Amino acid sequence: MDTTQLIVTLAGVGLLVFVGWFFFLAPHRVAAAVSSSAGIQQVDIMVKGGYSPDVIEVERGKPVQLNFYRDEENSCSEELLLPDFNIRRDLAPFKTTAIEFLPQQAGTFAFTCGMHMLRGSLVVK
Amino acid sequence: METIPDHHPTPAAPAQPAAPAGGTETAMLNIEGMTCASCSNFVEKALSRTPGVQRATVNLASEKATIEYLPGQIDRAGLKAAVEQAGYGVHEPVAPASPNVLASDQELDQRKAEAYLKLKRRFRVAVGLAVVIMPLSMLMLWPRMMNLIPTPLLNYVLLVLTLPVLLYSGREFYVSAWNGFRHRTASMDTLIAVGTGAAFLYSLAATVIPHWFMQRGIMPEVYYDTTATIIALILLGKVLESRAKSKTSAAIKALMGLQAKTARLVRDGQEVDVPIEQVVPGDEVVVRPGEKVATDGVLLSGHSAVDESMLTGESLPVEKKEGDHVFGATLNKTGSFRFRVSKVGAETMLAQIVKLVEEAQGSRAPIQQLADKVSAVFVPVVVMIAIVTFVLWFDFAPEATRLPLALVNFVAVLIIACPCALGLATPTAIMVGTGKGAEHGVLIRNAEALEKAEKVTTVLLDKTGTITRGEPSVTDFLPVNGEATDRLLPLLAAVERQSEHPLAEAVVRYADAQGAAALTATAFQALEGRGASATVDGQAILLGNRRLLDEHQVPMTAAAEQAAAQLLDQAKTVLYAAMGGQVVALIGVADTVRDTSVAAIRHLQQQGIEVVMMTGDNPQTAAKVAEQVGIKRYFAEVLPADKAGKVKELQAEGRVVAMVGDGINDAPALAQADIGLAMGGGTDVAMEAAGITLMRSDLQGVVTAIDLSRQTMRTIKQNLFFAFIYNTLGIPIAAGLLFPLTGWLLSPMLAAGAMALSSVSVLTNSLRLRAYKRTA
Repeated sequence: MDTTQLIVTLAGVGLLVFVGWFFFLAPHRVAAAVSSSAGIQQVDIMVKGGYSPDVIEVERGKPVQLNFYRDEENSCSEELLLPDFNIRRDLAPFKTTAIEFLPQQAGTFAFTCGMHMLRGSLVVK
Repeated sequence: METIPDHHPTPAAPAQPAAPAGGTETAMLNIEGMTCASCSNFVEKALSRTPGVQRATVNLASEKATIEYLPGQIDRAGLKAAVEQAGYGVHEPVAPASPNVLASDQELDQRKAEAYLKLKRRFRVAVGLAVVIMPLSMLMLWPRMMNLIPTPLLNYVLLVLTLPVLLYSGREFYVSAWNGFRHRTASMDTLIAVGTGAAFLYSLAATVIPHWFMQRGIMPEVYYDTTATIIALILLGKVLESRAKSKTSAAIKALMGLQAKTARLVRDGQEVDVPIEQVVPGDEVVVRPGEKVATDGVLLSGHSAVDESMLTGESLPVEKKEGDHVFGATLNKTGSFRFRVSKVGAETMLAQIVKLVEEAQGSRAPIQQLADKVSAVFVPVVVMIAIVTFVLWFDFAPEATRLPLALVNFVAVLIIACPCALGLATPTAIMVGTGKGAEHGVLIRNAEALEKAEKVTTVLLDKTGTITRGEPSVTDFLPVNGEATDRLLPLLAAVERQSEHPLAEAVVRYADAQGAAALTATAFQALEGRGASATVDGQAILLGNRRLLDEHQVPMTAAAEQAAAQLLDQAKTVLYAAMGGQVVALIGVADTVRDTSVAAIRHLQQQGIEVVMMTGDNPQTAAKVAEQVGIKRYFAEVLPADKAGKVKELQAEGRVVAMVGDGINDAPALAQADIGLAMGGGTDVAMEAAGITLMRSDLQGVVTAIDLSRQTMRTIKQNLFFAFIYNTLGIPIAAGLLFPLTGWLLSPMLAAGAMALSSVSVLTNSLRLRAYKRTA
């Protein structure tokens, strides 16, 4: 094995470790819902290559309004799925789409894009 | 809640917080110019302080203010002025926001159409340039041409041609990959961006600093053709995908499009056409032949046949008379009528169907779970496989070719591994399947119900209302005194027209169906628990049970006795008619089997499904009906409370039970069953407990539901198989696993073509469900 091969191999291993850590062990951005005066728990979520915040905490038994602002045109994020609440919605680019529902059970529920690549979770307490 | 007027005195006293909700109105304003959270707080405060405003909420993200106000004190214009005074703008939409959920989001549709046009433009540019780049890249195959054009110059020409493909056509992939990177998520765009990016950067280096490569014994080859072709092919895949995807929701769009746009209202005795949004419950609407029924209501006058196939899948028009319910979007065929509006907008049957189908399409199928788990980790894992591929090729290939080979295989792995096919496999089939169901009057609550329905081995039918019509109808009309039927029937029907008893209705329906003349009865008297008496055409008529005749000392003849015994033997209810103190006719009434029941039951049995009947009737009647429809196993004398128990009994035998019922008392059994099918639009309780609702009151719907679920699940399984096979075979081939054995390598361009086709083939397979035709 020559020097170049050694360098490439070591760089490859380093990249592998980086990719694994970067995508699987990364910390999440958690946000708790803000209750409006009308008693609706609101959270604004930015959709741009992912959801930020991507972990949302809400309380059980109170209506939730998730405002998804889709700041891109890529087809990946055009659909939003919240299967535990039977919700499939198209998100228009550069617009806010409000999604309303009533979480009645505690638990963690995933929301994803149409192809399940972008993901976030809704934690109902 | 702030209602304190500060500098604006108001004539009215501030409203009490406990004021009934009915006193206030709610307005939504689109606020312009807010840039931060403090702006929205400011607007909220400004609005809250405005006299007449009970409560104001401002949402920064949606740029909307929701305001509860007292209409007596302030109006929309006043609210707008308050916002403007605070320094912000109010955007008034051209058309007032419709309370109607069915009004499809035109703006969204328009944006989608625009995005599609843009995508096509980007695809055309990529194809146009790739078509030039490809032959130019192959010039090296002709040494004579190579001598004419120096390689460095050619490389620069290719670079200039590739740049627009990269920066215009492929820009989205890089932007999206970068955005995803910042969020620590990776999508298919990441794979495409890294793959084509690597090929391009390598080529760029080979173009700008070729001597660096040559000094290390590597030919400075360029891969501009790979970059351009991959982008063009992936865009082709996207164009096809976007076209096919729009078709998957065609059924629901078609349903929404059925809604009437205007209604002809009767106002102050005048008929006026108004937009459907302005119709409110209580309005009186006129419908002429050939027109759509504007919304849901109750028929006031007139009668007609209405085509309700859009809601129920039933192709025969349904007769409507006074007091009957009519539904929005159905088509009036023959007569004209007036109806009183009972429901509008989101409350209507059509809107509820649309909502139900939409919800089903957003639900998760258990079969999808594995695919979901795989796609969540897919892209990072593929990136890792690609890195390993690169390193292995670099370490083990001959020195002169190791860099290009490592690069080509690295790119091929990234490009072929697109997970779209996996992500599209289940949802597209479910969207088409549920939409198709709605077209046939089969409403599927969620994907799980669809999956359960496929596995059904036993269908348990509640006799009354499912196999049978659930209402008595005349089966025998037997004159016993030498009287002619066509003379007797109008006379008897005239008596029953005055009665409200279900048996009397059955006689009237029978007479109408026979075309009996409508006569008028006088001196009508309903006799509790016995029947009725009246005078028709000068004849005193008695019509009721045996007791009625006995009490009036009407003697039974031998012929009458014999006929009655026969009817009773067939478990029928007998009505006795007497005229002038003599028994003249016997009428046999029974709950009759629906026309379609026999065929539907036979069809289910042919599919290998056991059909079991359950009824509250005595074993004798149960046996008769079971025999009539070809059912071998039945439960008789089942009390409503025991229905769920019977379901459990079958489940204990290891059967997957579908329960079909139509009433509130079926709800526990519907819920207990593996899959519940509520029939005939059902009561709300039954619908709530059922996984599937059949809009049509006949068993054909059960056949359709099970057929459709089987076909949809078959499609999903095919899709998942294709998607998994494609990726599990595609990745190792792209990585060059076959190379040591066969010398095969997968060109990144072929990988791109295969990838584009994979998602399109899955979509096409799902769309095949659109051709589903109801059997029988």
